[in-house]
Amino acid sequence: MTRDRFKNTELIKASLDKRYARERRFQMYGKLAVLAGFVFLFVLLFDIVSKGTPAFTQHHIAVAVKFDVDTLGVDSTSSAEEISKADFSSVIKPSLRAMFPDLKSRGDKRQLYRLVSIGAEYDLRDLVLEDPTLLGQTADIWLLAHSQSASYLKGQLTRAIPEAERKVKDMQMEWLDQLRDEGRIKASFNTTFFTYGDSREPELAGIRAALQGSFFTLLVTFLLAFPIGVFAAVYLEEFAPRNRLTDLIEININNLAAVPSIVFGLLGLAVFINFFELPRSAPLVGGIVLSLMTLPTIIITSRAAIQAVPPSIREAALGVGASKLQTVFHHVLPVAMPGILTGSIIGMAQALGESAPLLMIGMVAFIMDVPGGVTDPSTVLPVQIYLWADSPERGFTEKTSAAIMVLMGFLILMNALAIYLRKRFELK
Amino acid sequence: MQGSEKTNASQSVTYGAVPDEAVGLDIQAHADVSGYETTGNPFVSNAKMSARNVNVFYGEKRAIMDVSLDIGENEVIAMIGPSGCGKSTFLRSLNRMNDIIPICKVKGEICLDGDDIYAAHQDTVLLRARVGMVFQKPNPFPKSIYENVAYGPKIHGLAHSKAELDEIVEQSLRRASLWDEVKDVLDESGTGLSGGQQQRLCIARAIAVSPEVILMDEPCSALDPIATARIEELIDELKQQFTIVIVTHSMQQAARVSQRTAYFHLGKLIEVGDTKQVFTMPAHELTENYITGRFG
Repeated sequence: MTRDRFKNTELIKASLDKRYARERRFQMYGKLAVLAGFVFLFVLLFDIVSKGTPAFTQHHIAVAVKFDVDTLGVDSTSSAEEISKADFSSVIKPSLRAMFPDLKSRGDKRQLYRLVSIGAEYDLRDLVLEDPTLLGQTADIWLLAHSQSASYLKGQLTRAIPEAERKVKDMQMEWLDQLRDEGRIKASFNTTFFTYGDSREPELAGIRAALQGSFFTLLVTFLLAFPIGVFAAVYLEEFAPRNRLTDLIEININNLAAVPSIVFGLLGLAVFINFFELPRSAPLVGGIVLSLMTLPTIIITSRAAIQAVPPSIREAALGVGASKLQTVFHHVLPVAMPGILTGSIIGMAQALGESAPLLMIGMVAFIMDVPGGVTDPSTVLPVQIYLWADSPERGFTEKTSAAIMVLMGFLILMNALAIYLRKRFELK
Repeated sequence: MQGSEKTNASQSVTYGAVPDEAVGLDIQAHADVSGYETTGNPFVSNAKMSARNVNVFYGEKRAIMDVSLDIGENEVIAMIGPSGCGKSTFLRSLNRMNDIIPICKVKGEICLDGDDIYAAHQDTVLLRARVGMVFQKPNPFPKSIYENVAYGPKIHGLAHSKAELDEIVEQSLRRASLWDEVKDVLDESGTGLSGGQQQRLCIARAIAVSPEVILMDEPCSALDPIATARIEELIDELKQQFTIVIVTHSMQQAARVSQRTAYFHLGKLIEVGDTKQVFTMPAHELTENYITGRFG
């Protein structure tokens, strides 16, 4: 017996190394997997952030604008309506020419005009509307730079690239250098990006319309999906009889969660737009479609949260004579709420990032105006990203990444909120 | 809610875990209990509750067989027996807590003050206000101590003002001998108390609605001996005002707190009698085996 035991010890000792080696190997695979995940994430984030950061800067060029009364056809006594109709680009061009008087050829002049954004004339108009006494005077005005000028100023285009392959010509680069030396160029935080809607001109394109569209769409989604989802979950979990019908419903809810989102878009197109004739491209329809998509998620997570409430709490409530409804609303739901909220927020985050079903219901249209309500045509952030990603201009490339940064910022915010709520309620 | 739980017997939620009896009846006692008759007199003259030929089924399984038992006014009656003997099931049928287990069916007659509590017109909400319950594991609501006690009176509309509610809460906590320990922390969560305090809080919660009967399902099984002693003292005081039915695994506890003891075995009521008699001179062989520790 003693000898056997000794032998056993030897045998076990011999196998130990092998066992530990196996464990170390397994741990290493795990670490490698985690590392690989982090590397991919880091590369992705680095790419997006490095591409998107320049979009948060915009450049202005100070131009001595002569508000010539004769050219504009209006003076300080004109009505606001008349001023609005005046063509302010007609004063920008002579003002630019005045700064570089030795230009002769039409081609050179056209290059010169392209230094500033075509949106500059509207800024001028707004300035004059605010202060009509400018008319007839000459003043240094900061005009928004064209996106190509900006990309040279940001160092994205250099003379190293052959002139034929870049949009900013040598001549323009010299002018910009000269202006910069004269202190007539300033870089500032790009507020336009957050206050404007979409535009054909990269320097005038912003995410405001898309943000507002996303907000309205999510609002509709939340108002529909949250109450319906939670009450459906409560009914199925607490009140519904267990029979074949409820089993069928349960299976179908699970199936619904796996339906590709574009199918919901087709449904929305067929039912809400073609049959009910709700407005196309509107957050209302987008919200309804996304709530269909989010409902299963909310129902499933809510049911899980309700199921996780300890039965002892229900017994305690029933034991003091609470009715079933009181038990559910006074005790079960408050305890299940963090789980329900977490599930709902994750569902909403899904909806925020969704684009495919919205393409089907026309939210992919080019929309410049910021929507004022749920029935105004609008687009949403992911679709805006999709639209910009399709545009070849360098200005839009950085806008695409910048919009992705904003979208990811919101997603992180929502997930953080979900975690915060869970932690907060768990403490109680 | 009017009597709905009885008709909705096929409900979906598994509120309570199905007690042991539903799972299996294999306990290590091979004595033959078929054709039995309850030893001792299960009837009393001043019955608060009376059960007649009660049978409880979990699906096909019969967990309680033909139990007839009276529960006298203002008495403490203990129910003892090995695990899975049906004592908890019987207790839970006294305030229809079994209704929330979908597969559970109760046959027979259980009366409270002569009224059949399983009759169609009976309301479980009212019944449970009259027959309160304290559970095996302390289960305070995850709310403040005050809210825990005030909840019952609130939903039943027993207090007409905040002052009255405060009064009920204080009285209940005093009677549960918890007041001195919690009077300064009424706003703190009930789940933050110690196990023994939680159980006394649950007792305060139960007596806040002034029930006539209090059912206690192994109220001390999760507590240490000191907390247990406090609960037992409390039971002693509460019997002045309430009728108490207590299920316990501890025979010493049954001997200490109860006037009458009922011994259950394999779903049958084997013996019932004065506690002193049952513990000193058990009439039935099974009872004797159990209390002398031969099984169970």
